[in-house]
Amino acid sequence: MTPDDTKPVNFTVKAPVYLQIGDTKADTAHSGVCVVDVNLPFGKPVNIEEVTFKNYYTAYVTVRLLRRNPEQEAPAKWCTALRDLPLMDNPHTERGSQDYYTIHRTQMQVEPDHVVCVRLILRQPSLAWLTFSLEDIKIFPHTEPDPEKEVSDWLSDLTLIDQHPDLEGLPDPQTVSSSIQQMWALTEVMQTNQTTASIGRFDVDGCYDISLLSLT
Amino acid sequence: MMDEGIELSLTIAQIIQRLRGSHLHSQIERQAKECLHQPDVKLESLKEDVRSFLKTSGWERKLQNAVYRELHIQLPPRHPPAPPEHLKEPLAYMRKAQASWEKRVLKSLNSMSTELGVPLAHMRPAAEQKELTNKWNEMGTDEPDLSRFRPVYAPKDFLEVLIGLRNPNHDSSEDISARSHWGLIQVPLNVRDIPHLREAYSELNLTSGQMGIDDHALIHPAVLCTHSLFCLHLSCVVVMEEDSAAAQQYSRQGCPTGLRADLWALILNATNQPQDVMHYEQLKAGVIQHNLLVDNLIYKDVKLTASNDDYYFVFEDFLYQVLLCFSRDTAVLEHFKYNSATPPKSYIQGEIISVIPFHGFSMYVAPLCFLYNEPSKLYNVFREMYIRYFFRLHSISSHPSGILSLCLQFERLLQTHLPQLFYHLRQIGVQPLRLAFKWMVRAFSGYLSTDQLLLLWDRILGYDSLEVVAVLAAAVFAFRAENLMEVTSLASAEAVLADLSTLKVMPLIQVFLFATAM
Repeated sequence: MTPDDTKPVNFTVKAPVYLQIGDTKADTAHSGVCVVDVNLPFGKPVNIEEVTFKNYYTAYVTVRLLRRNPEQEAPAKWCTALRDLPLMDNPHTERGSQDYYTIHRTQMQVEPDHVVCVRLILRQPSLAWLTFSLEDIKIFPHTEPDPEKEVSDWLSDLTLIDQHPDLEGLPDPQTVSSSIQQMWALTEVMQTNQTTASIGRFDVDGCYDISLLSLT
Repeated sequence: MMDEGIELSLTIAQIIQRLRGSHLHSQIERQAKECLHQPDVKLESLKEDVRSFLKTSGWERKLQNAVYRELHIQLPPRHPPAPPEHLKEPLAYMRKAQASWEKRVLKSLNSMSTELGVPLAHMRPAAEQKELTNKWNEMGTDEPDLSRFRPVYAPKDFLEVLIGLRNPNHDSSEDISARSHWGLIQVPLNVRDIPHLREAYSELNLTSGQMGIDDHALIHPAVLCTHSLFCLHLSCVVVMEEDSAAAQQYSRQGCPTGLRADLWALILNATNQPQDVMHYEQLKAGVIQHNLLVDNLIYKDVKLTASNDDYYFVFEDFLYQVLLCFSRDTAVLEHFKYNSATPPKSYIQGEIISVIPFHGFSMYVAPLCFLYNEPSKLYNVFREMYIRYFFRLHSISSHPSGILSLCLQFERLLQTHLPQLFYHLRQIGVQPLRLAFKWMVRAFSGYLSTDQLLLLWDRILGYDSLEVVAVLAAAVFAFRAENLMEVTSLASAEAVLADLSTLKVMPLIQVFLFATAM
């Protein structure tokens, strides 16, 4: 999972290209296919952790990646990371049409490392909609995970951690509460072990003398 | 498309956060501390011993029920990008429509206040407060002059708003789907057709026994006894085990009359703890102190609807006691912070009123009076039912149980399985939805006989969905199809459908879902 403070990669998105069928401009019909190219910063290939976006009436999305392996001198190659991921249950109806989605690297069929360009192919076969696109596309880079992190650390990261207030010389609440609990347990014990013997007065020869009092 | 493990962790974290600091949490802590005195709790195995104590004493089950309730009303967790309003309602144009509807209702209330010269809220003079306290159990005997007040809106006004709803991205220029021009609802929501409904509602199959049909006296006594006894025994076990999830599953085939109240309270986890009673008393104190304009609307609604009904007029006093408190309950609004849609609400001179009632609103409460006679328990159960189901019947949302989906589902079911009837009605200028809308918006309360209504509401709870309401509406049309085919005017169509009090809901639903030719 992406930690909240990971910043998305800065990139430029080219204007989406809606593919048309037909030769002349006047005779075109919407094919229901649109291509969005995302160019990552030149000279800085990215290892992708996840891609997030908001849908706007796209039914299926295919993700293709242009990867350039830095060691080899070979030219960059295109590969398909995800084919026809359904974003809408039914292309003709509303469900999923404006939802937020995340594509994690584990869902991709290839390792999204050393990526130079991401191509999103959007499909919307239904005639019900005037237009379709993806909004707010963000790409988050992959960071090497801390090897010691285990699942249990996960859960403790997610559950609320009580904020310890600045104590400023006051005793630690935990120690205070545990000592109170001990005293409470003592009183409980006392209550259950009540005897009918009277509590002898701590006086000596008819007078109280503080220095003669002893706690037993 | 999140990793399942991540989604689970987020759900767990959310539920922990919500239950932490709750009354149940402190009760369990106290129980855990007290069990330390028990001889079989040993220091070496402290954790396991305390755990098993909580299990055997039933506290673990209570915790399970609380978690179960949270799961019901909670939305699935999403990756951070989705803002809260999106979680409530994903479609932007629906959010906008709901917001403008809320504004309109509020404006109507404000203008009524100005017109009549009645303030939205004012403090009652001491004498009036005393009088009301004495009269609390018999507010129905009051006959205030309500002629100047009129309901803020009626269901048919709301229907017009739903009909006018359009998706700005929807292409309605071509006749791509002739069907969308048959019916009134023009929003393409996902609704389920009979094959999917058969799967989802498999317990309603013609071959499964149902409470209310198969315990009928016409069946041979020997068979009747065995089946009824079995069901009764099972339901007793469920109630004794205090298991919400089992109660819900059980409710799908109907609840036995004697145990329905307990089963529903279990499903909704509406316990009547001291703090619930206290909360109710606080609300009651609020009612006595302040008079809200909305109170008059509630009075009027009860007088016009429930008091005129043969089944419900006896409960008039209860209805006041519940509804007057409900309109002041800000805890209801708390719930809507994290669930979809916000019911119309307003700040009135520093006090928030939570729900502005419309004509017929009191009918949501009336049937519950048959089950609960203790005001705070009745109040708790009603409040749970409202925040889980009823609010969806008068809010604009894309939720599958929302009134918009129900309307569309009704129209589609009719168009698909009774096309001749639909066509005939359109020919004579009748839109079927206009006839069925008033039934659905009240979940059939006031239209069916009470025992049948409660059987229907068993299924709403059992399947955690209002879909059965749409299915029943279509089933009623199917049942009366022959008569409807012969009518030639709107008035006669209304007459055919005027009286539903003799209908038996479960056979209608079963036949419609499982015996319709595909």
